[in-house]
Amino acid sequence: MASSPFEYLAASTFAEAIEALNQHGDEAVILAGGQSLVPMLNLRLVQPGIVIDINRVPNNGPVANGGWLRLPALTRHAAILSDPVIVGAAPLLVDAVRHVGNVRVRNRGTLGGSLAHADPTSEIGAAALCLGGEVVLTGASGSRTVPVDDLFVSYLTTSIAPGELLTEVRLPTSNGRTGVSFGEMVRRTSDFAIVAVAALVELDADASTVKRASVAVSGVSDRPRLADSSLLDGLIGQELPYSQLRSLGTAIAARFEPPDDVHASASYRLRLIEVLTARALHQAMDRARS
Amino acid sequence: MSSFEVELHVNGARRQLDVKAEETLLDVLHDRMGMSDVRYGCGEGVCGTCTVLIDGDPVSACLLLAVQAAGRQITTVRGLEGSEPDGLHPLQRTMLQLGGSQCGFCTPGVILTAVSLGRRNPTASRHEIRHELVGNLCRCTGYTKIIDAIETYLGGLGAGTNDAH
Repeated sequence: MASSPFEYLAASTFAEAIEALNQHGDEAVILAGGQSLVPMLNLRLVQPGIVIDINRVPNNGPVANGGWLRLPALTRHAAILSDPVIVGAAPLLVDAVRHVGNVRVRNRGTLGGSLAHADPTSEIGAAALCLGGEVVLTGASGSRTVPVDDLFVSYLTTSIAPGELLTEVRLPTSNGRTGVSFGEMVRRTSDFAIVAVAALVELDADASTVKRASVAVSGVSDRPRLADSSLLDGLIGQELPYSQLRSLGTAIAARFEPPDDVHASASYRLRLIEVLTARALHQAMDRARS
Repeated sequence: MSSFEVELHVNGARRQLDVKAEETLLDVLHDRMGMSDVRYGCGEGVCGTCTVLIDGDPVSACLLLAVQAAGRQITTVRGLEGSEPDGLHPLQRTMLQLGGSQCGFCTPGVILTAVSLGRRNPTASRHEIRHELVGNLCRCTGYTKIIDAIETYLGGLGAGTNDAH
């Protein structure tokens, strides 16, 4: 298969891309890394009038300060794995990206493109949600900052408005008492996750009791989702509650209604949420202690 | 329909041509430049048979528009510099010796991916080799000998007995 014909614009600034988006409306698509869009073009699942390529927009690189890591939307997966600023500030994102695609996907695919694509099995989506990340959406009249939890709407659907572009991703940085963990089940490395789980545990200053815990799950719903925070809040103030993690995983899984499909049954997915959540929280707690 | 005049740098040679916006780099290399070592497998970036190196890094040529590749260094398997007397690259020689190629359809992509790995991580373990090659499908399913050949090749790099290409 080959793509249907389209016009092409290589924007040299985000402003130029946004202007073209506003000019062409529904006819336009944004090309970042192209590892999801171009397959959809080749299969003619998407037949745009114009492809607006943002790869030539200058990329300033990641900046970590004030408790936040600010990542340009065009940060490629391969850079996430190797950039010392990112590796130090967002280890959960790094762990998640190790599970993304194959080496060619990681060389081209971008952080902003992945979040804007909003695949319900997204590893990056789970990591960004778990961390409490935000995205910057820029339009003709300015920028707004949106929590990742409000970015995802449904299957491949986001709250990015017509004429807006996802220009930056912001993730709270790890501190010395934060531990993270990422786990998933796939038939073969690089496949879409059947279930993926990202977990974060923050301990108090003497590393003995839980101050905060967060879990996000992909592959079980129409979008990556946070686990019920009221269940996780039960860990707060408890002294290294390893023994409760398995039952907590069961309780978290019970709040989901995963799909039955050709890849896995709903009951298998529930079992995976249970097991992967318990394991991820366990490892996150271990890492928070060390 | 948009058309663009681009200069492609393929295996050290420069080629000016007009490309349509929707033409992929694979379309141009295989169909228009007759490069049979860059192959259409799935068209979705999954199988690895269209792998080329862009500025040294493996990329799916089916997922890159030709217009995006203008001015970048594009390397296909026939552009690897051979140090063997017959012009073969050391990994090609090792693949032949150890039976790492059956029908040969996946072989160029496998070799480019492995050569790139060797440049970045010449001491890669067998597990790391398997992880790196997960996106190069061999439908003859001859993976064991492919991995054997790459492991032997990387072992040679570490010992300094092969060139670093």
